[in-house]
Amino acid sequence: MPAEQALTVLVAEDGAADRLLLAQIVRRQGHQVFTAENGEQAVALFIERRPQLVLLDALMPVMDGFEAARQIKALAGEALVPIIFLTSLNEEEGLVRCLEAGGDDFMAKPYSAVILGAKIRAMDRLRRLQATVLEQRDQITRHHHHLLNEQRVAKAVFDKVAHSGCLAAPNIRYLQSPYALFNGDLMLAAFTPSGDMRVLLGDFTGHGLPAAVGAMPLAEVFYGMTAKGYGMAQVLREMNAKLKRILPVDMFCCALLLNLSMQRGSVEVWNGGMPDGYRLAVDGQVLSVLSSRHLPLGILDAERFDDSTEVLPLAPGERLLLLSDGVLDTADDQERLFGVQRLRRVLADNRDPVRLFDEVMQALERFGGRPRDDISLCDIRMFSAEERVPAPMIYSDSGRSSPLDWSLGFEVRGQSLKRFNPVPYLVQLLQEIHGLRARTGNLHSVLSELYSNALEHGVLGLDSQLKRDVQGFANYYQERARRLGVLTDGYVRIDFQVEPQADGGRLMIEVRDSGAGFDVQRVLSRPSLEQELSGRGLNLVRRLASSAHWSDGGRCAHVEFVW
Amino acid sequence: MTDMHIDHRVLSDLREVMEDGYLLLVQTFLEDSERRLSQLHAARSAEELGLAAHSFKGSSSNMGAVGLANLCQELEERARRPPLYGIEDLINRIDQEFFEVQTFYRGEQQRISAG
Repeated sequence: MPAEQALTVLVAEDGAADRLLLAQIVRRQGHQVFTAENGEQAVALFIERRPQLVLLDALMPVMDGFEAARQIKALAGEALVPIIFLTSLNEEEGLVRCLEAGGDDFMAKPYSAVILGAKIRAMDRLRRLQATVLEQRDQITRHHHHLLNEQRVAKAVFDKVAHSGCLAAPNIRYLQSPYALFNGDLMLAAFTPSGDMRVLLGDFTGHGLPAAVGAMPLAEVFYGMTAKGYGMAQVLREMNAKLKRILPVDMFCCALLLNLSMQRGSVEVWNGGMPDGYRLAVDGQVLSVLSSRHLPLGILDAERFDDSTEVLPLAPGERLLLLSDGVLDTADDQERLFGVQRLRRVLADNRDPVRLFDEVMQALERFGGRPRDDISLCDIRMFSAEERVPAPMIYSDSGRSSPLDWSLGFEVRGQSLKRFNPVPYLVQLLQEIHGLRARTGNLHSVLSELYSNALEHGVLGLDSQLKRDVQGFANYYQERARRLGVLTDGYVRIDFQVEPQADGGRLMIEVRDSGAGFDVQRVLSRPSLEQELSGRGLNLVRRLASSAHWSDGGRCAHVEFVW
Repeated sequence: MTDMHIDHRVLSDLREVMEDGYLLLVQTFLEDSERRLSQLHAARSAEELGLAAHSFKGSSSNMGAVGLANLCQELEERARRPPLYGIEDLINRIDQEFFEVQTFYRGEQQRISAG
């Protein structure tokens, strides 16, 4: 009767006849047998041969079975080496001692070959089960280490991408829990060429790696397009289209995108599915709430996606507070959530906005007891002109092939005026001129200003005086969106002429529009106080360019950059 | 009567299991038992006596010597509850019972050697 699987079996029995009989029974079942006459021999044989199963007489000279069992179990470690006690001990106390010493089963004399065979098979099953459990445990441990390592690597790679921006700028304070990335939270910040600060706080649905994979392409679009000077609407459209294309249907990304323009003294906001952000006065008072007005990114197709933004005034020293739902969903011992009400109380109690960030964190700590690992909190202070520190541009080519004698005419007409913004393309084209590269930021600002003046005041006929106060600001942008929507004709024409000069060159820009023009003398002579929100553009252009003047009743702007 | 002394069901199992080793088993049992008996007689404490009786009980039962195994068990239990007055009588009965078992197994040896 050979066993299904041959085992190595140690038989320890002090009676010579019993030992002979037992060894023969076990051998006949197909196993390999080692024999010992006492406990000490049994332990020595165990060390030498590492048998898979042990049959142990309880009462033996030199070292009894109880002690031998303890030593063998200790030597076996985590592996299960089943021990079957051979005993004619009938009294309960003796049987209990066998179990406490590490015995797994008993076998009474007289030995029955059938019962012993069945017991050995049962013990072998247990032994294999334990081996499988150990193997799987080790495998899980290895997988776990592997996973953690992959997460570390992924985080390191992601940090390189994410921190290529300006999150470290002195006007930003943020907290992102170390593993927030793997909960789908995303925080990005970068300067546009004209020195605006762009900030994105995002939150992908889901947890773990799937929630993190969308972050890379999103960051790439954000940084790439911001650096090239694309507007909010174009960046949003591109991010939405990219996520819609790559994410599975049940995944999307809540996002709050901001553009802080020091030059215009305003912040442009788009919130799709993120918790309310807050616009705070210098004294900490809540000026307005940046609520979600859109569906998250990655849900709607391009035709139905809404890229309309809100523009709000934001003066130096005023602040924005952004947060992820991890803040609001922080739970206390009774599983109650922190919630918007408690956050609003912290905001209302605040007397010094510089301390607000800490006060929110303290309130969460007091409330929650156990910190969550997916909290993202961001405090942005509107910077002043002196503080502006745009990241330096890095160019890889030498500039020798720089073309210096050319001209270009570019006209945007009718329907194209609604969506298309030519400024980033034109700025990129002008980058070919080596001598102008140091002034890319200025070029971008001037072109943006001239283009939006031509479009808004020229083609759309909007009065800049509207932007005198906060309400006017909102009305102005509502009216802008309305008029753009019904626009059928009109044009903005941009002409470049580039000429070489002695050691450098000259760029002449003309921006002409189909509008009614404006009284150049009156606008330029307005007191600067009145220009606080409205007429800033023209002075900015005059300050940044080498020269600037207007002709044709304000319909055509002439600007020069000389290097 | 061998039936009082030997369980023949155990015996036939033994023959089957041991195959060619049966003779060696019988011989080993007889030698081992001589040693157990002298241990019983030489025991100087209840504990020594109990241990020897326990071992003898085990090997007797394995060999189908039911009577001998029962007497050894009785001795093992008595040894656990001193005083041991009259214990010699029990040991003598074990001697006598072993004589019967010995006779039977010597018969087995001769039968097989002749066979």
